[in-house]
Amino acid sequence: MIRLEGVCKSFDRAVLSEVDLDVPESCLFGLIGPGASGKSLLLRMITGLMRPDSGKVTVGGSDVLAMGDMQLHEYRKGIGMLFQNNALFDFMTVAENIAFPLRRLFDLPEAEIAERVAERLLRVDLPGFEGRVPAGLSGGQKKRVGVARATVTRAPIVLYDEPAAGLDPVTSQKIFDLLRAEQRAANSTVVMVSSDLDRLLTVTDRVAMMLDGRLIFEGTTEQAKNATDPRVYQFVHGKLDGPL
Amino acid sequence: MSAETSSGPSPAFAGLAQRANDWLGLIGGFGVLFVEIVRRTLRRDFDRAEFLRNLYRMGIKSMPIVTVTALFTGGIMVIQAAPIVQRYGAYGLLGWGAGFGTLREIAPLLTALMINGRVGANNTAELGTMAVTEQIDALRALAIDPVGFLVAPRFLAIVITLFLSTIFSDALALLGAAYAGLGFLGVEPAVFYRGLTTGLLGFGDVAHGLQKSIVFGVVIGLSSCHYGLSTKGGAPGVGRSVNSTVVASAAGIFVLDYLLSFALS
Repeated sequence: MIRLEGVCKSFDRAVLSEVDLDVPESCLFGLIGPGASGKSLLLRMITGLMRPDSGKVTVGGSDVLAMGDMQLHEYRKGIGMLFQNNALFDFMTVAENIAFPLRRLFDLPEAEIAERVAERLLRVDLPGFEGRVPAGLSGGQKKRVGVARATVTRAPIVLYDEPAAGLDPVTSQKIFDLLRAEQRAANSTVVMVSSDLDRLLTVTDRVAMMLDGRLIFEGTTEQAKNATDPRVYQFVHGKLDGPL
Repeated sequence: MSAETSSGPSPAFAGLAQRANDWLGLIGGFGVLFVEIVRRTLRRDFDRAEFLRNLYRMGIKSMPIVTVTALFTGGIMVIQAAPIVQRYGAYGLLGWGAGFGTLREIAPLLTALMINGRVGANNTAELGTMAVTEQIDALRALAIDPVGFLVAPRFLAIVITLFLSTIFSDALALLGAAYAGLGFLGVEPAVFYRGLTTGLLGFGDVAHGLQKSIVFGVVIGLSSCHYGLSTKGGAPGVGRSVNSTVVASAAGIFVLDYLLSFALS
């Protein structure tokens, strides 16, 4: 269970205000909302990359904000993350990128690492891409490599920030289906930020909507589609007329 | 004028305070990063493979530019000394004259400036690009310490590269000076060599330059890593960081060279 309580954060202005959010275990949770509403910031707070000005972030009963360096290090071993622009390491090959967390965090024999890398590449439909470098990949291929790296450690929590940004509709749907299949296979807890609502809502169990740094909705995917809050309804259905 | 306006600080004072705050922040940032690097170095808690990779990239691949700079520097020293040498017929002192300035000052300084332009700028650009494309955050999210994995190996590689390049540069500059002496003044390399080794120059002069090279390496390493890691604002931000590191390192090198010249003399 991931729990955020009364989380606030300000830079020049308030970007998160009193956010309370519960993400149940083994749930694929979608975080939606207009740009700059604080969604990616929440993902960073869950990983401990960003600290809120006030509030509490608890994961599996542990207070993330109270963790020291060593505890944070151990905690992050249990998290996989796909960044918005993939954040693949330019100076490594595809195989080295995927193997990187395994090599650095776990004491595994090279043969097992190679096996797991090959298995991940097969899973994301990129077999034979081991020796390629990120600069030579298309946007969709980079996303897939990012997904492979985020899931290679079989972490119980996986966070995806815009997993389909900039992709064509078919590739986008393939990515979402892949992430759903991964989540089911690993029984992991997934939080996914995406602006591609049409596809996101085909895979989520629950959805929350952020607006101007506040959480204005939280419920099942069906409840989101039939929301009575006109802001949520307008956003989910992409209507031009409405309060947004 | 309202009471509220008159009680607040003047814009000039506020600007000054802001600038002082920025400078303190910068110095504090350098200090914290330096301590973090030293801690990991002493604990050997840094990535060896990354260190060796950077040593090759920074050291071996800088050899051509160091070679060209050193050979011509030696030649320039002789050209500048030539009128005096000819006027007084002090051909036997050419080796000392060229060697003294080269070993103590010119070779370490110019090598540092060349390494700053090539390696320091490149290091900032790489770390800056990694920062703006979230690769540094990705390292943290993967529970990997960016200082141990990226920064300490690069810092150490820069310091060692500059130290070894200065030794290489010293030798090549003297070689360039010897052959320039032969070409412009007809001074045989053996005479030039005797001028170097008759006792006016000693190991202390070589060590003087090498000590400076270590300090210059620390300046370039620290500056390029700090500005790289603190890059914000996409591609223009990377450009600004590269500019800052080249300027700050060059200024730091000259200021510290001045102070070290006093301290080591």
